[in-house]
Amino acid sequence: MRIALFVACYNDTLFPETGIAVTQVLERLGHTVTFPMEQTCCGQMHYNTGFHREAVPIVRRFVQTFRDAEAVCVPSSSCVSMMREHYEMIAEASNDAAFLAEVRSLLPRIHEFSELLVNRLGVEDVGATFAHRVAYHASCHSVRVLHLGDVPIRLLRAVRGLELVEIPDREQCCGFGGTFAIKYPDISEAIVRDKVGCAAATQAEVLIVNDAGCAMNIAGACHRHKAAIRVRHLAELLASAIGNKGEGGR
Amino acid sequence: MSAFVEPSDPATGGRARRLALPVFHPDFMANAHTATHDELLHAAIENSVVKKDYVRREVLAELPDADGLRTVAGAIKRHTLDNLDFYLRQLEGNVIKAGGQVHFAATAEEANAIIIAIAKRTGSKLVVKSKSMVSEETLLNDALIEAGIEPVETDLGELIVQVGHDHPSHLVLPIIHLRRKEIGKVLCTFLNVPYTEDPPTLAEYARVYLRNRFNQADMGISGVNFAIAETGSIVMCTNEGNGRMCTTRPRVHVALMGMEKVIPRLADLPVFLKLLARSATGQPLTQYTNIVTGPRRAGELDGPEEFHLVILDNGRTRILGSRYRDTLRCIRCGACLNACPVYRKVGGHSYGSVYPGPIGALLTPLFNGLGGHKHLPHASSLCGACYEACPVKINIPEMLIELKEDMAKAHITPWWERAVFKLWTLALSRSFTYGLSQKMQQIGLRMLPASEGFIKRLPPPATGWTSVRDFPRPPKESFRTLYKNRQMSKK
Repeated sequence: MRIALFVACYNDTLFPETGIAVTQVLERLGHTVTFPMEQTCCGQMHYNTGFHREAVPIVRRFVQTFRDAEAVCVPSSSCVSMMREHYEMIAEASNDAAFLAEVRSLLPRIHEFSELLVNRLGVEDVGATFAHRVAYHASCHSVRVLHLGDVPIRLLRAVRGLELVEIPDREQCCGFGGTFAIKYPDISEAIVRDKVGCAAATQAEVLIVNDAGCAMNIAGACHRHKAAIRVRHLAELLASAIGNKGEGGR
Repeated sequence: MSAFVEPSDPATGGRARRLALPVFHPDFMANAHTATHDELLHAAIENSVVKKDYVRREVLAELPDADGLRTVAGAIKRHTLDNLDFYLRQLEGNVIKAGGQVHFAATAEEANAIIIAIAKRTGSKLVVKSKSMVSEETLLNDALIEAGIEPVETDLGELIVQVGHDHPSHLVLPIIHLRRKEIGKVLCTFLNVPYTEDPPTLAEYARVYLRNRFNQADMGISGVNFAIAETGSIVMCTNEGNGRMCTTRPRVHVALMGMEKVIPRLADLPVFLKLLARSATGQPLTQYTNIVTGPRRAGELDGPEEFHLVILDNGRTRILGSRYRDTLRCIRCGACLNACPVYRKVGGHSYGSVYPGPIGALLTPLFNGLGGHKHLPHASSLCGACYEACPVKINIPEMLIELKEDMAKAHITPWWERAVFKLWTLALSRSFTYGLSQKMQQIGLRMLPASEGFIKRLPPPATGWTSVRDFPRPPKESFRTLYKNRQMSKK
């Protein structure tokens, strides 16, 4: 299959290794990965902060860029949530029938990365090896909007050598919330401190996330508080093949 | 009564504006800052609120289809709100048929005045009250005292709030912000008994005191969990039995309700009863569920001589006509508070008004206007735990976003924030500007001091981030650069 990658703006700038890992995994499974250069952002920061009018050109650009894709892979649960929850609403409000039709046609072809593997491609074992103790943080969007369920867990269980540990209060928010983390640092910090504590309690070496927002927040907090756990995107873990121990990450 | 009134504003011609909801601690940022460093508050919340959320999920999982039940509950509420005028008229008619009286109050002041008039007419000097959040909304107790009438709260938590001159910090558990020692001190001082912090002893002291007051009271004022239009009944759910005592022993019973509390039929009640206690405290039902229809009938041995239902608007009609009408579905269970990561860290008093937590973050600006509460819609990580917990499926996160849109349009959001987002749209709308802004971010951020791949201090306006955690340092090459290079090297 030809899969178009929407890498998500913060992965593009801060975590290019996520994009690389997604490409490696999909190519290893025999698919072609394209990266339409016109892509920018999904518009969630604007929308969630109340700048709905200003989000429209960003959404239009996304739809324009990916309208002909066979499948779109997005390694970001919050971006896919934005698309599923709000793109139709935004297109309806624009009174542009063509725009609305394009959105409706595109939405079923958009998948979050773990959804794409398990639900669309029917794959749980991607041939990865990662002989470490690992815990998984479920982003709020993946749980409550995408209803991913145990899809990421099934992928993790199939990784050779991996020891998966349950994180206490797995579904508790990490405290990122976009601009919330900047505007209300006291509250955000109090919430992420709990998350870091829960992660540390697992004595896992690596915390797996599927959203760069959670990653930025938890990794930044872990580093500030000198917690030993490393934070990595699910894709990076799955890209670790035999011979490549997949070290790194922050 | 100063909590009701905003300071006079030259923009409104110098006249002070009455707020619909009283505001007690208006400075959200200061409140939140204090609360997030309060370990004792967090321990108290852990022991009460967090536990309740956990138990809620457990007991709901015992039902065959909790999610389906929530959908039905939400649908009943939506239907009722769509036909609110019809159901209120039906309720009124059936309360009167059952021998009761109905009063519609447009404002909080009117509601208080109506109740005081009933008290005066019936010679009621002592009033016992079972829990009513609406009475907190109207500041009824203050109004009664001013009119020379003595109110006594009979819900133990509310009694402690009353005698401690405090405010509730939760919809259902009013005193979770107090420690055992504080409760002991407040109650024992008031009751003039030897100090103890032992809960069973305190409860026994309170019981003796309250039993006395129940016997002497002239009037009982209750809240209303649900008002059934079909039968003209009101429903009270309590764990202490004080609802029943307040509304049977005294000669006069006044029930005060927000107009949105009506439900169509008796057959609709089980849907809500199955959800209310489970969502609020993790119990299948509260200890007492009382359905009261009118006053004592001829030949009956118990019951008040008069039953009055006071139905309050206080801005609810305006909300009904807005895109926020779903907030009126709320059955005041408190599940959203218990599930909320923000509430758990800042506690109920931080929200400033009588309704805290996620639902309060909507209600307070909706009742009082956004201008005085500009933090409430923004102080949320939009995690959705509240929506997931809500027994009537109020989409709280979506409405918080809509309030933020209202704020941006009304220029309550600061001009520089609006400017930044407008510029950002420009950057994200074109490949050239996107590439340029990305380069600028990389160069700018990589100039900042960093260690082990993390930046310690970001410049304004992002300084808030690094005040509490580090920020990942962007690598030299973005993903798109790496992809471009790979494509070029393939050729």
